[in-house]
Amino acid sequence: MAKPQEITDSQFEGEVLKSPVPVLVDFWAPWCGPCRMVAPIVEELAEEYEGRVKFVKVNTDENMDTAIRYGIRSIPTLILFKDGQVVGSIIGFRPKGELKRFLDRALS
Amino acid sequence: MAQELDILIVGGGPAGLAAGLYAARARRRSILLEKGVIGGQIALTATIENYPGIPSISGYDLAQAMLQQAQSYGLELQYTEAKSLIRKEPFWLVKTDDGDYLAKVVIIATGAEYNRLNVPGEERLTGKGVSYCATCDAPFFADQEVAVVGGGDAAIDEGLFTTRYASKVYVIHRRDRLRASRILQERAFANPKMDFIWNTVVTEILGDEEVEGVKLRNVITGEESFLPVKAVFIFIGHHPNTDWLRGLVPMDNGGHIVVNAWMETSLPGLFAAGDVRQYAARQVATSVGDGVTAAIAAERYISEHFPE
Repeated sequence: MAKPQEITDSQFEGEVLKSPVPVLVDFWAPWCGPCRMVAPIVEELAEEYEGRVKFVKVNTDENMDTAIRYGIRSIPTLILFKDGQVVGSIIGFRPKGELKRFLDRALS
Repeated sequence: MAQELDILIVGGGPAGLAAGLYAARARRRSILLEKGVIGGQIALTATIENYPGIPSISGYDLAQAMLQQAQSYGLELQYTEAKSLIRKEPFWLVKTDDGDYLAKVVIIATGAEYNRLNVPGEERLTGKGVSYCATCDAPFFADQEVAVVGGGDAAIDEGLFTTRYASKVYVIHRRDRLRASRILQERAFANPKMDFIWNTVVTEILGDEEVEGVKLRNVITGEESFLPVKAVFIFIGHHPNTDWLRGLVPMDNGGHIVVNAWMETSLPGLFAAGDVRQYAARQVATSVGDGVTAAIAAERYISEHFPE
């Protein structure tokens, strides 16, 4: 259950913007090496933050509308949403410790 | 309490991974420190076509294969950044935010990082149109006009890649001719989407939320102009990641570590391999060779200085 869920443009509003808990969205694409580095870290974080943060993935190749709406110009980009609003973002690969600090700061 | 080990490798690019494979197979306790992405620069490379024996592979996949191979023989991996290096006879002490390491040998394989333009707007708009990796970010600029800064192989190769998406790619170069290899120049000049702006430098990157254009200056006439583009891809060379070692390890003027043919620095038990060293050819294959050489020399050093 804690595994990050792959969502599409049409699911974005329901799964992210209307989510009762904060949502971390991992914008990625199959051709992006650093994205594939981020993926296992995001999976671990999904376990560790289960119940407090929801984790989803958006494949930017197949869901350009969402990528454009949030001004994605580089991947991987991680965006944290709270009550439908962007509360923070991280562009590029970062080690796990830094991602945890980002989440903890944004959630506190 | 510092962790004690035989061989500490700083940096997880091809040089560090190759050193790690040999160090682990020599049955020396070996730890590799990586602060960012395994593979280093090649993790951002779409395809590698010049590693002998492998016709074509993504940089990410090659790096992962190297890592798994080394780990299968016992190489340990820590994601952390080496902050300082201190001689504690007969060991080296390396400090990180996640603990300290006391090693008989340290192999520096911290590689090189792309140069920045250091102009206003560059840092603020990084990830918002300013990019150092066209293969990562070009798809976000489909049917847009973009700029590539530089005239070497990386600039032209990545510029050509970008023409698959962008409607126009302006190559901005401070000289009046390219430094890129002939085959790339031929492809670039034949590509109708590529335009060249010679003798010109970028003085500022403009835009509020994202890149809207660049301010240019012709270095001959001094004339200033504005070029509306949605992205600026910057490829103006690299510098070695040696700032944390300044004053400790002998380096050349460019900050590359001076080594002999065995990758030994002038300090005992301290080696350097790959792009970080002086006279590196900066290829995956040569970095691998450096790492292997350093690990073999390190093994010999340990046998001589720490007899069992």
